[in-house]
Amino acid sequence: MAWVWFHRFGSPPHFYRLATRLAPWFGWPAALLCLGGLIGGLALAPPDYQQGDGFRIIYVHAPAAWLSLMVYVVMASAAAVGLIWRMTVAYAVAASCAVIGASFTAVALATGMLWGRPMWGTYWEWDPRLTSELLLLFLYLGYMGLRNAIDDTGRADRASAVLAIVGVVNVPIIHYSVIWWNSLHQAPSVMKFGQPTMPAAMLVPLLLMLAGFSAYFVALLLTRARGELLRRERNARWMAEALDGAAAGKR
Amino acid sequence: MNQERVGFAGAAGALIARDLHLALRRSGDTLQPLGFFLVVTTLFPLALDPQLSLLRDIAPAALWVGALLSSLLALDLLFREDAQDGALEQLALCGLPFQGLLLAKTVVHWLLTGLPLVLIAPLAATALGAPYGAMPGILAALLLGTIALSLIGAVGAGLTMSLKRNGSLLALLVLPLAVPVLIFGARATALAIAGEPLAAPLYLLAAIAVLSATLAPWALAAAVRIGLE
Amino acid sequence: MNELTADNLQLWRGEQHVLRGICLAAAGGQCLQVTGANGAGKTTLLRALCGLVPLEHGRIFWRGRDILEDREAFHSELNYLGHDNGLKADLTAAENLHYAAALRRRARPQDIALALERTGVAEAAGQLLRHLSAGQRRRVALARLALTGGSLWVLDEPGSNLDERGHAALAELIDGHLRAGGAAVVATHRVLDLAAAQLRSLTLQ
Repeated sequence: MAWVWFHRFGSPPHFYRLATRLAPWFGWPAALLCLGGLIGGLALAPPDYQQGDGFRIIYVHAPAAWLSLMVYVVMASAAAVGLIWRMTVAYAVAASCAVIGASFTAVALATGMLWGRPMWGTYWEWDPRLTSELLLLFLYLGYMGLRNAIDDTGRADRASAVLAIVGVVNVPIIHYSVIWWNSLHQAPSVMKFGQPTMPAAMLVPLLLMLAGFSAYFVALLLTRARGELLRRERNARWMAEALDGAAAGKR
Repeated sequence: MNQERVGFAGAAGALIARDLHLALRRSGDTLQPLGFFLVVTTLFPLALDPQLSLLRDIAPAALWVGALLSSLLALDLLFREDAQDGALEQLALCGLPFQGLLLAKTVVHWLLTGLPLVLIAPLAATALGAPYGAMPGILAALLLGTIALSLIGAVGAGLTMSLKRNGSLLALLVLPLAVPVLIFGARATALAIAGEPLAAPLYLLAAIAVLSATLAPWALAAAVRIGLE
Repeated sequence: MNELTADNLQLWRGEQHVLRGICLAAAGGQCLQVTGANGAGKTTLLRALCGLVPLEHGRIFWRGRDILEDREAFHSELNYLGHDNGLKADLTAAENLHYAAALRRRARPQDIALALERTGVAEAAGQLLRHLSAGQRRRVALARLALTGGSLWVLDEPGSNLDERGHAALAELIDGHLRAGGAAVVATHRVLDLAAAQLRSLTLQ
């Protein structure tokens, strides 16, 4: 029974309709969650005893960093599904993830650097997390670069899928090797906090932002995947019918 | 005509022999990565104060960046030529495990790039101020590291072999994946130079080499088959 | 028993629908001639028959078994000659044949010499391929074909760059292969000089 669902999900017309219907269900909650998280984090949470108000950038930095990694895993998983079951939808999802993930990575890097400036005195300090984010950005750029360089969409899908799978296996290795490398220099990591554990008032907005960013990612992914399918299947009959239906249905 | 089928070992051996034979014919191209390595490691002292103490500090970096870059230099040619003259297709269609044959080609790449590097490393390391006692450690690290680099780089070469010659894309694909090798290798070298035990990074380097040897054949075969479509 | 069949092959290259429901059959002793205008998809079809290009739809059977089931077994009986010769320019003709044979069936120096003679390039045995003309290189590629054998030959414009004598040698080679019970699929612009009983035709639009 689960297979029937899986294969229907993988059919472009079905996925297109599903994505159209579901996107607002993730978009609006995303906005609300982020709003709640920002209010809680910027206004309501108490200042950190060591860093004062400067730590508040974590409400954007941490979710962005977490998502940058999760999106890569989603991208590689979708690519693997596409490679094994030869599903256009899976490839479309993987292709859509790339820019989203790269953007989250860039945001994480930028906010990390902005955080570092008041804390370290410089914008860049080869902190293990930022360095990992930088390498993750290179992995995303490599994926997008390879995709771009191959003209045939099918071959681009398959080649970049192989790259994504190799990358996802390497991500933990790269991450831990960078942490290990940095630990040799005993630089205090200002990404940690003064308190040993975070009080609820600090943690709850962080979780809200995390949930909000995740919902935003899903909404964005669904929208981009629709666009990607539109581009790939533009000659297919079901696409013409779907678009005519949408035009007619809108009053 | 003899109808007896060749076994995989025989075929892989013949493939290695063929590629080495070709490399011998084109000795200029073959020695390029080695020359590049020597040039790079020579440039560092020239660009810095040639005090041995300072050189000793940057020796690990110079050796490993040199190894990485010279490995990259030879990678582009690994599959590209065979892809262009149809020899790679013939390999794919000869009825023997493709993964194994591609691994054989990677072995040749290592024999022509990694191994000479390992052999000449003592010379470069001494020029950079490394003490004689550090040599075994440096050699062991470079041996494991160049093997891992050849395997990782081969996957990148396989993915880009049918694209227009674009060294920067290959570098972009390979370098993030090569970072762990760089980190552990340089660390092992630094410890060797300082005379301290270097088992930890050496084991990690070995682990990476083994992981690459396990994963690379699959990725290589997949990438090259896609490139041959 | 040697028979190649293909059933409703469909293939897209990007936006182009290159193979539109191709069905074909080539039995032992028969040569299927594939003709069509430039860009009609002959090369793509041949490569799909070898299993180099994935199909969107359709199956290919050799000796009754799907070629995807046991690729290695299929490939060990297949011999493919593409547009490129599949030979290394920096090796001599004899060396090329030696290494090509080493991937399939051991060949003695006499066999190599004989193969080169059959295609009329015996005198070029010791020359680097780089120094030979395009026609001579093609003949060396044909010699490789003769040397490495196989029950199914898939040849993509084997006669390109060949002169009249070369074409005659090619026809003789294919004829010998067919008589020994082998099957062949040949993409060609020029009709092959074989007996009518041996020839079948497929034209791609």
